Amino acid sequence: MSTEVLKVSRREFLIGSTAAGAGFALGMMVPGLGRAAMASEGPAGKTPSDGETPEINAWVVVRPDDTVIIRIARSEMGQGTLTGLAQLVAEELQCDWSKVTTEYPTPGENLRRDRVWGSFSTGGSRGIRDSHSYVRKGGAVARQMLIQAAAEAWGVPMEECRAENSVITHDASGRSTTYGTVAQAAAELWPPEHVELKDPSDWTLIGKPVKRLDTLDKLNGKQVFGADLTLPGMLNAAIRACPVFTGKLASFEASQVRDMPGVRAVVPVGNNAVAVVADTWWQAKTALDALPVSWDKGPHANLSSADIDAMLDEGLTSDEQVFVGNANGDARQGLAGAARTIEAVYAYPYQNHATMEPMNATAVWTGERCEVWCPTQNGEAALEAAAAAAGLPMTQCDVHKIHLGGGFGRRGAFHDFVTQAVLIAKQLPGTPVKLLWTREEDMAHGHYHPITKCRLAGGLDETGDLTALHVRISGQSILAAVRPQAMAPDGADPVTFQGFHADGDHAISYTVPNLLVEHAMRNPPVPPGFWRGVNINQNAIYMECFIDELAHAAGKDPLDFRRKLMADHPKSLAVLEAVAEKAGWGKPAGGGIHRGLAVTKTFGSYVAACAEISMDQGKVRLQRIVAATDPGYAVNPQQIEAQVEGSFVYGLSALFHGECTLENGAVVQSNFHDYPSLLLKDMPEVEVIVMPSGGFWGGIGEPTIAVAAPAVLNALFAATGQRLRSVPLKTVHLSSANAA
Amino acid sequence: MTKLKVNGNQVDVDVDPSTPLLWVLREQLGLTGTKYGCGIGACGSCTVHVDGEAVRSCTLPLSAMAGGQEIVTIEGLSPDNDHPVQQAWAELDVPQCGYCQPGMIMTAAALLADNPDPSDADIDAAVTNICRCGTFNRVRRGIHLAAGIKRKGESS
Repeated sequence: MSTEVLKVSRREFLIGSTAAGAGFALGMMVPGLGRAAMASEGPAGKTPSDGETPEINAWVVVRPDDTVIIRIARSEMGQGTLTGLAQLVAEELQCDWSKVTTEYPTPGENLRRDRVWGSFSTGGSRGIRDSHSYVRKGGAVARQMLIQAAAEAWGVPMEECRAENSVITHDASGRSTTYGTVAQAAAELWPPEHVELKDPSDWTLIGKPVKRLDTLDKLNGKQVFGADLTLPGMLNAAIRACPVFTGKLASFEASQVRDMPGVRAVVPVGNNAVAVVADTWWQAKTALDALPVSWDKGPHANLSSADIDAMLDEGLTSDEQVFVGNANGDARQGLAGAARTIEAVYAYPYQNHATMEPMNATAVWTGERCEVWCPTQNGEAALEAAAAAAGLPMTQCDVHKIHLGGGFGRRGAFHDFVTQAVLIAKQLPGTPVKLLWTREEDMAHGHYHPITKCRLAGGLDETGDLTALHVRISGQSILAAVRPQAMAPDGADPVTFQGFHADGDHAISYTVPNLLVEHAMRNPPVPPGFWRGVNINQNAIYMECFIDELAHAAGKDPLDFRRKLMADHPKSLAVLEAVAEKAGWGKPAGGGIHRGLAVTKTFGSYVAACAEISMDQGKVRLQRIVAATDPGYAVNPQQIEAQVEGSFVYGLSALFHGECTLENGAVVQSNFHDYPSLLLKDMPEVEVIVMPSGGFWGGIGEPTIAVAAPAVLNALFAATGQRLRSVPLKTVHLSSANAA
Repeated sequence: MTKLKVNGNQVDVDVDPSTPLLWVLREQLGLTGTKYGCGIGACGSCTVHVDGEAVRSCTLPLSAMAGGQEIVTIEGLSPDNDHPVQQAWAELDVPQCGYCQPGMIMTAAALLADNPDPSDADIDAAVTNICRCGTFNRVRRGIHLAAGIKRKGESS
């Protein structure tokens, strides 16, 4: 591996820095929020309004006391990106890690500075892997400028100076100074024309399991989430939208609740919702519960899960609206000529994200300006939504990002809660309004994990080797609903084929001589969305459980059966073998324990799991999952472990509990009592193998979610001889791990 | 007017007595560390201590607090983040998004007050809070670590 030399465009570091405005017309101070989230502050280029030390560049501010502020464009929602990105900048900056703090620039500032921070989007496990190069460059450029400032002050060549731990030293003269001392001078320099990024073998901070930068405030109630925000003179709103998708608000009787305590306004929101605005949220919610509302439920008023089921069943065999995602050889002919064929149909339901913090946004609108505070996975998309709802150009709006109480994809592509908050605030000009959804509203108005079914047919030759595989997915396209412009020219949705692609970030892990993977697109009128892992959740179940079925049908060990198909997939094979070895695959487990395997490549990382379960009076006890991940580079191994464990909670919640059904056009489930989540008592031991092989940057937050469910399902088959092909499991329930 | 004792302070709140304690804490007293997650007592994000017991404040009406009970919220758990549970949580980097963690920490603290050396089965029974990020295994390790920190603190 060689040192990366990057050309520095002055434009990319300087543009807009003099044009930056002094911040925010409305000047709301938000106590308890970080610097960047404060409305009266924020990065304002080389001439900040607060008179503090100017930035070295868009990524780095150094204060006289040597505090280093690293600007983070992506959002922190639990996945540890804030810390990981800061590590990347700090690695090149060579600063004292103990003095690092972070702040979010606003998307409005990004707009004013010609997108100097690049994308704000935090989804698809891309936070680090899409920005590692330019954020490291930001750190390297700042380091060079700080060194140059010191060298100029000493009248020595900068090549003779070195920087370490925020201290610049000139060995020949024995002089040294700190970043804080020269920051002001450094900020006035032109950036260097070239910088070199360190060779990965020289990294001292990247790859270290350092503590998160955001933990302490999360231990004492100080972390302000969007739901906690308070602004001077702020009112609170509770909202209800038509429970039937595409239905509209017909009428409401405001007079019935206007005199209830605290009520200030009852307002329509868009064409499908009504909100009560009151002094407190509890008053707003209480009045909303009492508000008579009638809906125009529209064409889908009778939609039920049975209707959707029928649509999907039809797609399993139909020739209409079918797209090919991957093909080689001739799968149909291969199946026709196979010694044995095996077939199975799997199903995966709608699921809600159910972030712990319900949807919320706070907005203030004046006619000339609109400001929004919200948890968002994509500040720029939130700004677009705010401006559109405000009826103002984006230059007259801004969004102040707040750490999210969970994202999982719900707060990235969708800013319905921002639109609503602005539409409400617009009806009360000048008054800040905080909109907070109830959990019930969150369940009724998700952007759900799409529903699909899958019919798989595999052909084995006389020796039991796989010769042909036909995968027919039937069900919903996310892109068709959310991002039609990203669809293939023929109308296919490439995201549907995650884990089945011929190559790339979501490539299939096997080589099958005759392969056909198709999607019969069937789009019920239920809004789909990106949901942690997205389509790999079901595709890995379809593929990995069916491979297990084929192995058993062939009378072969599931590891050996896979291995034979993986000669051209060495990195996938490496993670699979790592979990097999650590779990003791092939050796008797004893103690009534049964094992199952799963492997996949997704979001650019190679992941595998071996699940161990036991049965206890017909219930399943999750004993242990050994998981391996090869993300190329591992920025913070302890946070990777946390993400792997956490992804299993999300994935296994989906396997055992997660289902949103429809009746009369509306989602039936309304809260955690009928949409439960895995609990601590259900959790298996998780052993994480982080095995970065270098040379590429894979995702972390999502990939491993994909292997939890199929590994457990395969272990369940090993334990019971029963193939469970429909999620969530209705016949097998969890037994708590340590119950007496 | 209802008199409450919250984090050691006497406070008067003038609000409908049917208002859940959660919303009194958050909206009347500005103690927003206690979170709303479900409103039906299912998720535990709103857990506070009432006379030392972990309770879910979202389903507890203010009227039930008229007896002068000692209410402690996450803000009042310790003066300097030095409760053994907070120390253990910091040591293990337990929180991810952090939204459920005040409830999780209050639940753990109440368990340890009651049972200084809880077994895994005790932890299973006591910690029924929902965490969608999936911090459970670190929560379990954190409770064991906190139990150790507490014992050390008491013996020194």
